[in-house]
Amino acid sequence: MFLLEYEGKQLFRDGGVTVPNSFIIPRGSEASIPEGFSFPLVVKGQYLAGGRGKAGAVKIVKTEDEFREAVESIFNLKIRSSYPSHILVEEFVPHSKEMYLSILVSKPDKGYVILASKEGGVEVEELARKEGVLMKLYVDPITGLLPFHQRLVSKFLFGGMNKSFMKLLASLFKLVVEKDLLLAEINPLAVLEDGSVMALDSKVIVDDNSEFRHDLTKYYEYTSVLTEGEKLGKKYGFSYVPLEGDIGVMGNGAGLTMATLDLVAYYGGKPACFIDVGGGASEERIGTALDVMLREIRPKAIFVNIFAGITRCDDVARAIVSVVKKRGLDISKMVIRLTGTNEDIGEAILKEAGFKVHKDMDEAAKEVVKLCQ
Amino acid sequence: MSVKGVKNFVPDDVRVLVQGITGKQGSFHTEQMLKYGTNIVAGVTPGKGGQEVHGVPVYDTVKEAVEATGANTSIIFVPARFAYDAVLEAIYAGLNPIVVITEGIPANDTVKFLRIAKANGVRIIGPNCPGFIVPGLTKVGIMPNQYFKPGNVTIISRSGTLTYEVAWNVLKAGFGHRLVVGVGGDYVIGTNFLEFFDEILKYDEDTEAVVVIGEIGGDDEERLAKYIVETGFDKPVIGYVAGRTAPPGKKMGHAGAIISGSSGTADAKIKSLKEAGVHIAYRPSDIPEILKRVIK
Repeated sequence: MFLLEYEGKQLFRDGGVTVPNSFIIPRGSEASIPEGFSFPLVVKGQYLAGGRGKAGAVKIVKTEDEFREAVESIFNLKIRSSYPSHILVEEFVPHSKEMYLSILVSKPDKGYVILASKEGGVEVEELARKEGVLMKLYVDPITGLLPFHQRLVSKFLFGGMNKSFMKLLASLFKLVVEKDLLLAEINPLAVLEDGSVMALDSKVIVDDNSEFRHDLTKYYEYTSVLTEGEKLGKKYGFSYVPLEGDIGVMGNGAGLTMATLDLVAYYGGKPACFIDVGGGASEERIGTALDVMLREIRPKAIFVNIFAGITRCDDVARAIVSVVKKRGLDISKMVIRLTGTNEDIGEAILKEAGFKVHKDMDEAAKEVVKLCQ
Repeated sequence: MSVKGVKNFVPDDVRVLVQGITGKQGSFHTEQMLKYGTNIVAGVTPGKGGQEVHGVPVYDTVKEAVEATGANTSIIFVPARFAYDAVLEAIYAGLNPIVVITEGIPANDTVKFLRIAKANGVRIIGPNCPGFIVPGLTKVGIMPNQYFKPGNVTIISRSGTLTYEVAWNVLKAGFGHRLVVGVGGDYVIGTNFLEFFDEILKYDEDTEAVVVIGEIGGDDEERLAKYIVETGFDKPVIGYVAGRTAPPGKKMGHAGAIISGSSGTADAKIKSLKEAGVHIAYRPSDIPEILKRVIK
């Protein structure tokens, strides 16, 4: 789950990573400056998408008028078809240098990696292309961050031991471990006149698998970006991704369902969604998933592709028949492919309800594409 | 015919311990594995010691189970929040390999147990995987029994059900399987594509061709392609990558299946594999035809 900048900075602040003093203006509320803040201020639109700086969603203001103007214009600024949900207003922090720092869980290294650069404010991909600009340091998950890691990174960035930085690095690492972050990026990391450091931005990804340890439903991406169907999916254990075509696709297993989308496209069709009901899919889960598909995307045709291992074909067949009955669906617009555990029972149940059942995935894909032409 | 184990991976005499055997999944798949002929010698569920599941004795701890039965391989079904403890219990009891079926384990837990496994020379498959099968020898996994027969085609996959689909296609075309393994759909996994090739497949004389089933996200396919080029891996490899139509920024079912920005796309993976001389299948059903061409 991606956090907004201010959500990430809240984590930073609570975890001892220094950030500028700030306040939040939620969309739709009045733009006023609380006591204790003085100009200049930095007004920053909060988006999940990147490219905010170039789009003009960050402005430095010096007067009350400029402040109101900036807030209004940024609230009306779309990035990738979304308006900002909030505006973060921060005290301007005079600084002499901008650097880059991130900690991530690395897939190829199967552990933590610290990335650091003296050049901040540009994308890390760009830093990685230049020779000797980006430091990459592996941290063993068993030992965690040790003082020598802190010294190595500090030496690379500052040429010596910067106590403020070393403390920030330790706090950030602790956050990654304790809050189950897959990425904690500070770009830019400001170096102030006195040599101390401060996080001017935050990019944070929280591991969705950590939901049993942390409440992830409080974050903006969950409360405001996910559709009702996506939330139901999390609750009932299916993954649902709306797409732009007209064929609703449901399968069991991520790979098989992706392959089903690809096959529909191969034969010239356009998938309207990805629904992976997972393994051992119950009648309730499959029914809920079909309900979501019908309610949120209204497909012209539906393609259910089940290759049953843990899942049992008879459960799937019963779920389909029950949803079809409840909703009075037109079964001529549904193509079912069923193979695997208990396929004979499943096929019999569906045939009795009037369905034609396929065993071959290509044949089924061709037929559902034909239904939409 | 008698089927041998797989060097550096599957012992000839596989004695399986099921962790989480009394749960719904654990019990169901214990029965399925027994039907397949897997030698399941013990199960573990803390607090349920002394019971039996499908005739398999249940112990409270892995240590007791190993001492009593000589189990050497573990398959883990315990829920995500207890998985870290369960994997470590298996590692320190000397089980190897360990198959982690459990879905939803935080990456922070996974990186820790993988590191400890490595330090102890233990191979981990998964998490969030269907396990493995060596037809004719053993099944330590959750794949449906009827789609696998002994043979010489090895399938290595990031998927579960798509693997069964492909295995079935391979079977229908008249080929059998040497080894079929799902490496897992999580963001961080134990043995990945490259490690399978480098540590296992290059030594396996019974593998004639390898089918690799990749998907969007990460760069395991690209790294495998680089490995094939650099080492001149000399068995034919067929590649299929799922998710050509997946949108960026959306997690497609698996924690690891996400295109971030412009990296991790299926097209980039297909391009790398193709350049490495891998035979590309654009549909799962293309695989049998390619196999017929590459296996003499």
